[in-house]
Amino acid sequence: MSIILDKVNYIYSEGTAYESHALRNINLRIEDGEFIGIIGHTGSGKSTLIQHLNGLMQATSGGIYYNGRDIYEEDYNKKELRSKVGLVFQYPEHQLFESTIFEDVCFGPKNLGLSKKEVELRAFSALRSIGLPVEYWYQSPFELSGGQKRRVAIAGVLAMKPEVLILDEPTAGLDPKGRDEILAQVAAMHQELNMTILLVSHSMEDVANYVGRIIVMNQGSVMMDGTPREVFGRYQELEAVGLAAPQVTYLIHELKKNGIPIEAEVTTLEEAKASILQVFEGRGKNQKQGTKQEML
Amino acid sequence: MIRDITIGQYYPSNSIIHKLDPRVKLMGAFVYVLSLFIFRGIAGFAAVTIGLAVLIWFSKVPFRYMVKGLKAIVVILAITAIFNLFLTPGKPLVSFWKFRITQEGLKSAAFMMVRLTYLILGSSVLTLTTTPNHLTDGMEKSLRPLNKIGIPVHEVSMIMSIALRFIPILVEETDKIMKAQLARGADFESGNLIKRAKSMVPLLVPLFISAFRRANDLAMAMEARCYNGGEGRTKMKPLKYARRDAAAYSFIAVYFIGIIMLRVWVQI
Repeated sequence: MSIILDKVNYIYSEGTAYESHALRNINLRIEDGEFIGIIGHTGSGKSTLIQHLNGLMQATSGGIYYNGRDIYEEDYNKKELRSKVGLVFQYPEHQLFESTIFEDVCFGPKNLGLSKKEVELRAFSALRSIGLPVEYWYQSPFELSGGQKRRVAIAGVLAMKPEVLILDEPTAGLDPKGRDEILAQVAAMHQELNMTILLVSHSMEDVANYVGRIIVMNQGSVMMDGTPREVFGRYQELEAVGLAAPQVTYLIHELKKNGIPIEAEVTTLEEAKASILQVFEGRGKNQKQGTKQEML
Repeated sequence: MIRDITIGQYYPSNSIIHKLDPRVKLMGAFVYVLSLFIFRGIAGFAAVTIGLAVLIWFSKVPFRYMVKGLKAIVVILAITAIFNLFLTPGKPLVSFWKFRITQEGLKSAAFMMVRLTYLILGSSVLTLTTTPNHLTDGMEKSLRPLNKIGIPVHEVSMIMSIALRFIPILVEETDKIMKAQLARGADFESGNLIKRAKSMVPLLVPLFISAFRRANDLAMAMEARCYNGGEGRTKMKPLKYARRDAAAYSFIAVYFIGIIMLRVWVQI
C-alpha cells in the first residue's frame, strides 16, 4: 500500500507566454504510515506536487499509482481517491461556507454518499480530534479565531477518514500557540490513527521536530530525499538554494568548528540538549581525571 | 476550465500594438466597434475581417489564446442566433410546426454571430495588448473633457482598472476554492440543473466572502497611502505620443473611411 510517482512532469499553460515547467521528472515512493515533510522555496513545485497526489491536477506526462492502481485509468474513481487522500489547502479557512461549524464538517462525508447517521458520527469524531470545545459546534464558522477556523477546516477533511493526509502550510499566518496546537494534533493523529502524513512547510523547525523523512523540492525537481539528519546535514547545499536548516543545527556545527567534540548530526532541540549535556559530562570526567593526575 | 477566461487579461509581448499609446488603441477599438455595426454585405464583411486579421497578426498574441475568450459567450451567441433565425419576418425557407426560418433570418443570424464574435475578438486585442494601468491612463486622458460636465472621469477609470485587475485574482481564487471543495468530494459537473445550482453554494459563499475581504483590504491600503481621487494627481509616467501613434491614427482613419465608403457605394 503506497503512493508511487513515476516520472511525473507538469507544465503550466503549455504553448503560451506564461509557460512554466512546474514539475520535472518526479519519482517518489510514499509508504503507509510515513510522516513526510516537503520543503522548498515558493514556486519550487510543492503545491503542484501535492495536488497531483489526489488527482486534482493531471500530470502532463508520467504516472501516479495509489495502492498499485493507476489513477489516470479511465474508470478510476477520482472521488474515492480524494476521500482516501485528504488534502488540506493553504489557508483552508477560506473554504468554509456553511451556517454552522458542524454542518461544514459534514460536507465532506455527505459528498461520499454515506448515511446521515454515519456522516454525523464522522463529523463528531473529527471535531473531537481537533479539540474544538463542544459549545462552538453549532455556531457560525465565521465567528471563530483564525487558528480555530483552520482547525475546523482540517476537521472537514478529516471527517472523510482519509488514509493519507496532506497539509499545505498548515501553520502559515498562525501565532506560535496556534502553530504548536495544530502540529501536535497532526502528530497525534499520525500515531493514533496510523495515518500517512505529508506536511508542506517553510519552517525547518516544524519539519525537524515531527517528520521521519524530508523531501526537498527545488525548481520543480526533488533535490534531496532522506531523514532529517541526512537532509539537514547538507545544510550548505540547502543554503545555496535559499533554504536553511533548523537553528540548532547551526549552533552545533559552530560548536564543533570551535573544537568541541560533539555529535554533529542533530536536528531538534531535544537532541541538541542531549548531545551538549553528553559533552559536558564527558568533559567533567576528563577534568576530574586531569586534576587527579596533577595531584599525583 | 475556469482559467480559460481571458477577458480583461494582459498577454505580455513586444509587438507594435503593445507599444502603441493606449489612447490610440482606445480610439481604434471605438472605431472598430462602430465599423462592426456599419458594415453591410459581403464586401464590408471582407474588409472588417481583413482589418481584424491584420490587427491580430501585428499583436503577436497567439490566436488560440484569443479564441479561448470566446468560450465564455457561446451561450449568448447561440441565443442571439436562434432569435434572429426564427423571429425575422420575410421569405420563408423552411417551416415546421410553428417555426419557420426565413432567408432574411438566416442572413441576419449569420451577420449577428459574426458581429458578436468579432466584437469579442477585437476588444480582447485591446485588453490583451494593454496593461490595465495603461488602459485606464489612456481612458482618463481621452475622456478628460467630460470632467467639465461633472462626470468624475478619474474615479470611473480607477473603478474600471480595479475591476479589470481583479478579474484574474478572482479567477484564481475561484480555482482555488473549487479545488478545495473538490478535495472534500464536491461535485460541480453532474446532476440536474437544481442540483448543479445547489453545488455552487460551497463555491460562491467563500468567493463572495473573499471578494469583500479583498475589497476592504484594498480600500484600507489606498487610504493608508492618502489616496483622495484625481484632483491634483500627477503621473510617474505621463503618456506621450510617438511617431508610430500618428501612423496608427492615420491607419484607423483610412480603415473607417473605407468601411463607410463600402457601405455607401458597394451593394453586395
